[in-house]
Amino acid sequence: MRTPPSDGARRLGRTTTRRAAEAVVRAIIHVCGWLAIVILAAIAIFLAWNSVRAFGEAGLGTMLSGTAWYPTSDPGKFGMLPLILGSLFVTGVALAVSVPVGVAAAVFISEFSGPGVKDVMKSIIEFMAAVPSVVYGLIGVAVVIPLVKDVFALNSGMTALTGGIVLGVMSLPTVISISEDALHAVPFDLRQGSAALGNTRWQTTFKVTVPAAGSGIFAAVMLGLGRAIGETMAVLMLTGNAAVMPTTVLESVRTMTGTIAAEMGEVVQGGLHYSVLFAVGLVLFAITFTINLAADLVLERQRKRWRR
Amino acid sequence: MSGMSRTRRARRSEAVARAVTGLAAVSVVSVALFVLAYIVYHGIGAIDWTFLTDVPRDRGREGGILPVIVGTLWVVATTAGLTLPIGILAGIYLSEYAPRTFTTRAIRLAITNMAGVPSIVYGLFGLAAFVLLAGFGRSIIASALTLTCMTLPVVITATEEALRQIPQDLRQASLALGATRLRTIYKVVLPAAAPGIITGSILGLARAAGETAPILFTGAVFQMRKLPDGLSSRFMSLPYHIYAQVTSVPGWSPTLVWGTALVLVAGVSVVSVVAALWRSAQRRRVKW
Amino acid sequence: MNALLLERDGTLAYTAGAVVADDAVDVATREDATAAVRGTFSLSGVSVAYGRDRVIEGVGMEIPARSVTALIGPSGCGKSTLLRCLNRMNDEIGNVHVDGRITLDGADIMGKAMDPVELRMRVGQVFQRPNPFPMSIYDNIAYGPRTQGIRRKSELDLLVEESLRGAALWDEVKKSLKKHAFELSGGQQQRLCIARALATKPEVILMDEPASALDPISTQQIEDTIAELKDSVTIVIVTHNMQQAARISNQTAFMLRESLEEPAHLVEMGDTKKMFTNPDDSRTESYITGRFG
Ligand SMILES: Nc1ncnc2c1ncn2[C@@H]1O[C@H](COP(=O)(O)OP(=O)(O)OP(=O)(O)O)[C@@H](O)[C@H]1O
Ligand SMILES: [Mg+2]
Repeated sequence: MRTPPSDGARRLGRTTTRRAAEAVVRAIIHVCGWLAIVILAAIAIFLAWNSVRAFGEAGLGTMLSGTAWYPTSDPGKFGMLPLILGSLFVTGVALAVSVPVGVAAAVFISEFSGPGVKDVMKSIIEFMAAVPSVVYGLIGVAVVIPLVKDVFALNSGMTALTGGIVLGVMSLPTVISISEDALHAVPFDLRQGSAALGNTRWQTTFKVTVPAAGSGIFAAVMLGLGRAIGETMAVLMLTGNAAVMPTTVLESVRTMTGTIAAEMGEVVQGGLHYSVLFAVGLVLFAITFTINLAADLVLERQRKRWRR
Repeated sequence: MSGMSRTRRARRSEAVARAVTGLAAVSVVSVALFVLAYIVYHGIGAIDWTFLTDVPRDRGREGGILPVIVGTLWVVATTAGLTLPIGILAGIYLSEYAPRTFTTRAIRLAITNMAGVPSIVYGLFGLAAFVLLAGFGRSIIASALTLTCMTLPVVITATEEALRQIPQDLRQASLALGATRLRTIYKVVLPAAAPGIITGSILGLARAAGETAPILFTGAVFQMRKLPDGLSSRFMSLPYHIYAQVTSVPGWSPTLVWGTALVLVAGVSVVSVVAALWRSAQRRRVKW
Repeated sequence: MNALLLERDGTLAYTAGAVVADDAVDVATREDATAAVRGTFSLSGVSVAYGRDRVIEGVGMEIPARSVTALIGPSGCGKSTLLRCLNRMNDEIGNVHVDGRITLDGADIMGKAMDPVELRMRVGQVFQRPNPFPMSIYDNIAYGPRTQGIRRKSELDLLVEESLRGAALWDEVKKSLKKHAFELSGGQQQRLCIARALATKPEVILMDEPASALDPISTQQIEDTIAELKDSVTIVIVTHNMQQAARISNQTAFMLRESLEEPAHLVEMGDTKKMFTNPDDSRTESYITGRFG
């Protein structure tokens, strides 16, 4: 009735070639798996390597504490403080916009809306995240610059505030989606327990859900911060790029990212200015690396907490 | 305090909370719709056959954006060709092979950190590593490699997540039939995970298409006489074209620039939103 | 007739199997009678540990070819673990250590010489939950043969039909082989999984509570299928259903883990009838009757 077991010799003959082929593919898979570490390390190494000259001739301490950025004067002055402050001013405004609005919107999506509304909101957030930064910059040029100029009666609408507002809008998707994930991850039992104690939906949200998701929301804010500090094109188009020590957000500022983008095109390759721009990149990398690491550790702890 | 007023107060704060968070959500939606409407309103007038098929004239103040579109497609296609195989294999490593050790945790950490590296830093890295050290010069390939580094974390994460959705049962069934691990992955796990992988990759690549900072020093140019003819050629690109017009062409044409923005946003966002919707529909359809 | 005779005579099966295993080239040309004795397992001193947790110790048993052997015992006593030793599926779980000696038709299956991939083509498995692949019915069945390198359509068609008939599913699905496997009912899916396992022409099929997720009618169908299959394949089945074990198996093995601190062991193994009417060990009796009561 049943035919005899299939041909053993044919199987055995293929085994060796199969094993060899498998070993090769497995090796490739392993290499690709490790590539992330390699790339990240390579980024750090290339930045550091190209910054060596800047550290040697301009000095890290001098650069980090210098208040004058005149890269093209002779000798060039490479004080990064105006740039760092510029980034902080813009980022501060961005967070002031994105955190309250973003977290509140996430609470609404996660706690107060039905599945239909949720889907629509998610598509909209997906859209906002997909719009390229240069397009946000363009809208800022057309809408926000004139608006800031008129409202505050300034000579120029290119200010830290302008860049910050647009940047805040740009970081909304990050803040919303990660906060929403964090709220969503809070176990259902916990809410039910609170509801069973006679709390209303809002009381549950306020007293139980949001505190429980606190670390995740914190991570969302951190990642939004990272995104804002690292953003280049929109701020380049909106903040006016004056490399002076800012005192208020209504002044023109130049961010670290904007400086690299604006000046790299005009420098001599391998020159001091070139090297200093890499050093700016290194500082930027160090800042965002720290922020991301912190956010990741927080998120990881939260994941562990809710895992049963 | 009577129970009545306590209840009433609770109900009032409930209403306030709903209103406040709802207001935030509504404002997010309004901003998004405003952005969309603004781009469409200002850009739609530029879109015609000439605009899509002509070369830029008078430094971009007139004419069309054909080489700009073609250049973008070149870079995105090259990036896709590099990112997809590497990213999918890396995702397979993490989901199917990686041991639960410290090093695996380090790889994951590296991936999340890569996702957070500012795009301008990728630009610097691409300049130092691909343009100069590897000797590719400013070219499509140098830009694509730079964008690949930036997009990899998205594709890797999407792949790993999609693979993890596939129940362990299926792998066991395949292994028990005498299939090797590799065949199991190739024939059973990957096809089942394909929707998630494809969607995630499309989202990542759409982002890459809109990036300016990484291509700023690695190959994008303001103007080119001819279309790119190979990977070592320089290229024009939609996001860079917008930036360059606004910042270095006095008297730039708003209509044409908004038209360019519309083409870019339509391409990127339509693809992203469709991909995202398709994925959630797929998730709902296939219940393991 | 032949099968019955060999079934009783474990030694004969053993030697004949050894010859076949050593000389695989000739398999196809041999008579059916030779192939008919394949599928005899012999275990001695088998111990399994998950990390430092020793779950099974010192299990020895003979599993004769062409018969149904039931593994019974309380939950957590290591039945599934033992079953996975027989096709080395434990290799796929990290941190498992298996000791002792297991032979299939005289050939050591735990050594380096045995490729687990080869082994699994000879020892199929059906799982607790139906787990068809997300593809058509036809492709599900053809998966194993294709893995073995069979590409010819006519050959595959034949195998698909034969296997579906073997699993008593052919009549229900012959008109819709291209249908997605997920469109079948749970019971049909499980029979599809049996057919899928049959398609590689295994000598042994391991079944881990194959009917526990199914309704009574589907369970009945699975049991009928098993009854038909045992003339041509060795079946080792784990079940929690005592009546089922009594109905379908030829011999029964009872395992027990007396406390969490010590590993499980084989209490006794013997002819099913005897085990269920007059077991040697009182623990067997209380387990079986406890379940009935
Ligand atoms: N992958 C694993 N890792 C660690 N321990 C395991 C693993 N699988 C099983 N065990 C442990 O080994 C013991 C035996 O498990 P096994 O699944 O073989 O029992 P079982 O007899 O099949 O139980 P059931 O009747 O509930 O299916 C249990 O104590 C279980 O906790
Ligand atoms: Mg079990």
